[in-house]
Amino acid sequence: MSAAKGFTASGMAVRTAAILFIFVIIFTGLLSGAYLWTKPAIEASAAEEKMKLVDEVLPRTEYDNDLLTDTVALQATPELGLADPSTVYRARKAGQPVALIVESVAPDGYAGKIRLIIALRANGEVGGVRVTQHKETPGLGDYIEVKKDKNKARPWITQFIGMSLAQVTDKEWKVRKDGGKIDYYAGATITPRAVTKAVLKAAHWAEANRDRLFAEGGAQ
Amino acid sequence: MITREEFRTIAGNGIWKQNTSIAQILGLCPLLAVTTNAVNGIMLSLATIIVMALSNVAVASLRNLIPHEIRIPVFILIVAALVTVIDLLFNANLHELYLVLGIFIPLIVTNCIVLARVEAFAAKNPPLQSTFDGVFMGVGMLWTLALLGAMRELLGNGTVLGGIDMVFPNMQPIQLLPESYPGFLLALLPPGAFILLGCMIAWKNWMDAKAAERARLKPPAPVASAGCH
Repeated sequence: MSAAKGFTASGMAVRTAAILFIFVIIFTGLLSGAYLWTKPAIEASAAEEKMKLVDEVLPRTEYDNDLLTDTVALQATPELGLADPSTVYRARKAGQPVALIVESVAPDGYAGKIRLIIALRANGEVGGVRVTQHKETPGLGDYIEVKKDKNKARPWITQFIGMSLAQVTDKEWKVRKDGGKIDYYAGATITPRAVTKAVLKAAHWAEANRDRLFAEGGAQ
Repeated sequence: MITREEFRTIAGNGIWKQNTSIAQILGLCPLLAVTTNAVNGIMLSLATIIVMALSNVAVASLRNLIPHEIRIPVFILIVAALVTVIDLLFNANLHELYLVLGIFIPLIVTNCIVLARVEAFAAKNPPLQSTFDGVFMGVGMLWTLALLGAMRELLGNGTVLGGIDMVFPNMQPIQLLPESYPGFLLALLPPGAFILLGCMIAWKNWMDAKAAERARLKPPAPVASAGCH
């Protein structure tokens, strides 16, 4: 703590700088060490997190490939509401296409964007939809999240499972209030309307791009 | 080692006399943002306890090696490095807990109470005492934030323990006021936090004044607050 006697002013400055430098080296080393040591575990849990989301929209028994590595990079896709590049995961069983798992954004939620993850089966059906991020009113519009939905037996968002463009026309692919067949809870119409629209758009997009996407890139 | 007397002083300072939130009034930025319910307040405090104990013990052990003139940059370096390392270790080894506490750990970087205790206590005291100081300062913060969060939540939503499902997935918040309670938005917004914190500070001062009167002592000296909130 105390300044050593016999040092000149410039000597003191150099000494202090050297001490500070040593501390910087030590703690930077500590940081890089911790970073490198924890990196594999953190990456593994990040992948596990992703898989958990995927599991919600597509059961693991339905495909046998490593879906997190069988991917296609996607440029900004306005059809999916994506302004930034994203990744499409491809699920296959015995090499045959099973489903595409895409991110999608509903831009017109009641409080801004609603981010979704959607599984689109190769046969045209919707495999499942989950909300990954939203700012809808708590207690009113947030039932689009399975966790917040009071109907535990049949959460709102599961209505989309099995719907396909072949069975459901665009006119029906709307909330009941707009003349469609999607149920919603009174009090919040804008939120389910936004999600419904985003899922419909994703279904159309998959219809047009499915074959190209499954053929692309030689992975598998 | 540590004497009983020392331990009692450190604990008393942390929990009541120099309570971070209602006496030193430090670290208000994360405090106001987080205490919309009691669970969040408790979680932030738990993360702070870990960080404060570790940064205090690190600085106290190194205190004789740090030149006085450059102590602040070195302290900042130590605290920042420790917070980051704790964040990484939590993420890697205790991932379940990280999902709950994780969002609060980066918030601690904005909490000047950590640096304040390092500078005011750990730089002048041995490691063991400094560790206890860090822990008890955190405990003081814990009960204040829990109380503030609980009051804001009760006034704002009529519930207690909102957000408990984040920690224990099978527990639900308890609706204390009737369902028809319209809610009081101000309590959930930052101004409400300021107003309620003001009430808590007034309550503490009133308690202190009463205690001082009872003991026929001089009223407690006003606590200096640092220029960081």
